[in-house]
Amino acid sequence: MKLELKGITKRFGSLVANDHIDLVVEPGQVHCLLGENGAGKSTLMNVLYGLYDPSDGEILIDGKPVVFKGPGDAMAAGIGMVHQHFMLIPVFTVAENVALGNEATKAAGFLNLDETRRKISEISKQYGFHVDPDALVEDLPVGVQQRVEIIKALVRDAEVLILDEPTAVLTPQETDELLDIIRQLKAAGKSIVFISHKLREVKEISDIITVIRRGKVVGSADPSASPTELASAMVGRAVSLTLEKKPAQPGEATFKVRDLTVVDHNGQHVVDGLSFDIAKGEVLAIAGVQGNGQTELTEAILGVQQHVTGSIILDDVELLGKSVKQVLSAGVGFVPEDRKIDGLVGTFSISENMILDLYDKAPFAQGIGMKPALIASHAEKKVEEFDVRTPSIDVAVGTLSGGNQQKVVLARELSRPLRLFIASQPTRGLDVGSIEFVHKRVIAERDNGTPVMIVSTELDEVLELADRIAVLYRGKLVGIVPAGTSRDVLGLMMAGVPEHEAELTAHKTLEGGTHV
Amino acid sequence: MSTTTTQPGGGTSAGNAPARPAKTGATELVSWKAGIGLSVLAIVGTVLFGFMSPSKSAGFGIAEASNEGASSVAALVTFVLALLLSVGLGYLWFTRRRSTSGPARSSGPGTVPGWLPASTVAAVVVLGLAALGVAKVSKITLPSAATCWIAAVILLGLAGYTVYLTQAKRTAPRWVAGTFAAVFLIGFMVWIVAGGNGAEPSISLAGLIAGSVTLAVPLVFGSLSGVLCERVGVVNIAIEGQLLLGAFSAAVVATVTHNVYAGLVAAAVAGTLVSLVLAVVSIKYLVNQIIVGVVLNVLISGLTSFLFSTLLTADPDGLNKPGRLPPVDIPFLSDIPIIGPILFHQSLVGYLMYIAVIVVYLGLFHTKWGLRVRAVGEHPQAADTVGINVNRTRFWNVLMGGAIAGIGGSFFTLVSVDAFSKDMSGGRGYIALAALIFGRWNPIGAFLAALLFGFADNLQSVITIIGSPVPSQFMAMLPYALTVFAVAGLVGRSRPPAASGIPYVKG
Repeated sequence: MKLELKGITKRFGSLVANDHIDLVVEPGQVHCLLGENGAGKSTLMNVLYGLYDPSDGEILIDGKPVVFKGPGDAMAAGIGMVHQHFMLIPVFTVAENVALGNEATKAAGFLNLDETRRKISEISKQYGFHVDPDALVEDLPVGVQQRVEIIKALVRDAEVLILDEPTAVLTPQETDELLDIIRQLKAAGKSIVFISHKLREVKEISDIITVIRRGKVVGSADPSASPTELASAMVGRAVSLTLEKKPAQPGEATFKVRDLTVVDHNGQHVVDGLSFDIAKGEVLAIAGVQGNGQTELTEAILGVQQHVTGSIILDDVELLGKSVKQVLSAGVGFVPEDRKIDGLVGTFSISENMILDLYDKAPFAQGIGMKPALIASHAEKKVEEFDVRTPSIDVAVGTLSGGNQQKVVLARELSRPLRLFIASQPTRGLDVGSIEFVHKRVIAERDNGTPVMIVSTELDEVLELADRIAVLYRGKLVGIVPAGTSRDVLGLMMAGVPEHEAELTAHKTLEGGTHV
Repeated sequence: MSTTTTQPGGGTSAGNAPARPAKTGATELVSWKAGIGLSVLAIVGTVLFGFMSPSKSAGFGIAEASNEGASSVAALVTFVLALLLSVGLGYLWFTRRRSTSGPARSSGPGTVPGWLPASTVAAVVVLGLAALGVAKVSKITLPSAATCWIAAVILLGLAGYTVYLTQAKRTAPRWVAGTFAAVFLIGFMVWIVAGGNGAEPSISLAGLIAGSVTLAVPLVFGSLSGVLCERVGVVNIAIEGQLLLGAFSAAVVATVTHNVYAGLVAAAVAGTLVSLVLAVVSIKYLVNQIIVGVVLNVLISGLTSFLFSTLLTADPDGLNKPGRLPPVDIPFLSDIPIIGPILFHQSLVGYLMYIAVIVVYLGLFHTKWGLRVRAVGEHPQAADTVGINVNRTRFWNVLMGGAIAGIGGSFFTLVSVDAFSKDMSGGRGYIALAALIFGRWNPIGAFLAALLFGFADNLQSVITIIGSPVPSQFMAMLPYALTVFAVAGLVGRSRPPAASGIPYVKG
């Protein structure tokens, strides 16, 4: 099946998310859409999948124009989609999820789940998925959930499979398995549209790459192009992919975590007996796949988690049991992982967001009053210093782009003298330009002699910033390794393999020559 | 009635309703809620039943005197069937338990399904009742002081055991709570009956339970309406209004047409109309569902009161004399002692209730329609991406819920009283909401919860009649107090449909 998009345009009010996009997906081909977050890739795919009506342009299948009124039509035409955020119902079983919308029934509309189970095991066998049709989806690891999504598409006889940022939530090993699955699907004659901004995977899997920037197709590239070329095409200017930084000058270890355990409301040990130190002037990066206790770890340090035991010591003072306010005034700077929810108040202005933690302290407050003039001049200064692109300091923070929002958070957190700086997913969803900026500020803080803790699920970022890397798996510390550790070793450690074993395995794989 | 701190009776997680996954590899966070709650109740029980126990004996009438001759065959048949069923289910339960009690406990097939213990207990209860019928026991008289003291000691023991387990970082097994509830109930009943007027106070147990089922009818319909709406993602606070308008329409239409069945249909239509407003305003115009529901309740209360005091009171014979739906006996089944008159001596509305519970349960959990409905209520976006029209599904479900609640409303004017009066639903719509939450958004759970509330409701009126040491105002609080405790005890344990109350906007 040949799929063609001609002049697809999608406007949301005055915003043009897709601007006359042309795209041809040939059968048996892996077609990559490369672009930054917010470039319009997902919008385009939602148009193709019938979730949005295009404002203009047409979709052709085997040369014939088609109109999709909803995802049902798109599926009937042989298009399947694996969304970035899985479209699975957590409390349903795998079989129920696969059946939904495409149910096999007995008399009087009664479900025939046996039929669905049979189809699932058929497809599982063909592609080597190991999926139990009767498992509850919420109990499955993310990688398996993704397979369920793929099965959902295959059960409906999809010929074109759209994968939207499929590797964002996977470990490096799971990513490799996914790439294998894609190769098998391709061999079975399916076409794949692979959406990503991760250059490594794109280069590895694609037959043809289309680069999208600000809603427009800016050209196509060959998979053999160098990463720098691809990145430049994606961003629209020359970028350097490596950060210039001096070697760390670690001083005395002033931040000590001992035997830290966090228990969630289900009684799970989400953080399990962690102990580590961070020295002044060094960056410790916490690596791990999302959901392995990173959030709880950072929140425990800040003091917003319940059921925490162990010890958190900063400058010989115990932080555990202190209120958030006390922790902040002990000199902890904190960049939360979701800036929109925990980092900013979207409807407040930039200047108000800049003093969210200082509103009641001199010089911004006097008695019960606040000093608007001083707050405004403070905001002006910080906007300048952190290069926040905004028409005015009075606009609501929620209207800024992700990169500028993150700069506001950083400006606020770094404007106090810090004794410890924690940044969780500091560059998630940011464009390459903003990433560069954020990374530079983090390293500048380190060079000021502050202990820095970075939590990131992006291995690239971890390798870029870290002086030492701590790998978390299911709330436990797998090990702390030096910055130069190879990707393969880190990947295995992120799957829970202990350090020395990981090194052996990675070494063998390399010698065997099977690894790409 | 220690349901405050524990699982509801047991039967509420019936069928393949979503259950919490079995997590492994973690120490349990043991809550002190159960231990403290049971201890407080046990102490209250000891003080009331033990130290304040009346000296009279308490009598419990078992069988209604009528139907003596006909019941013996039915009783025997029931006894044999119940015996077979209890033995069979018990054996199944026992073997399943053994096969899964090893260290490798998994949540896969082979574990004890949720319905098994509950149905075993139910079968044993039926067996016991049938045995009483076969033996032609007509009244049980218990010495109150002795019984009450025994109950108090058992309660204290169970509470102590729970505290001990909590201290040892273990959670109390479910049977502890179940037994506690049963013993507390027995102690309470004996204490309160023995405190009644007369030398040998007694109540009819069969009458008490039959009355509970009757009083539960509107609650069951109301909570089924709630289940249908919440499972699809719309919170239906307007159950109260649907019941009330259903009652009103049934009365007026049945009177005008001289046909009670027309009244029944009119009630369903009235409930649907209320739902129509709820659906249009909350689904299409995205107004907060809870506000719409409350507003509808107030509106309907005002409207029916106005029409009642202007039109209905002016011409009661022409507008407010609907007549009654007569009770219908189901042949043979209604001859079973005790159970027969309770379950199979109902009006048409009562039988519709059984049908509705079964149909809604099977529909929700075993059909294509139900799968889609639940998907829409859990994750509407996921449903949308597989081609299900989310808002249309919601719309139809809310209308259907309205029709069911409307039929429930007709119970007030066509079965229980044969005339409409101001605000006669009396907050039962809200109790139905509580029953739905207590029943964990499951039709069968909601049914059992509604029965429990109906029991509390009937108990207070029966006790007020025989007289009791407790002031009647306190007894009148019973159903509402139970509601608060029941729902509070479940907080954090039951999980509503994830998208309940959240409007769906595409894109």
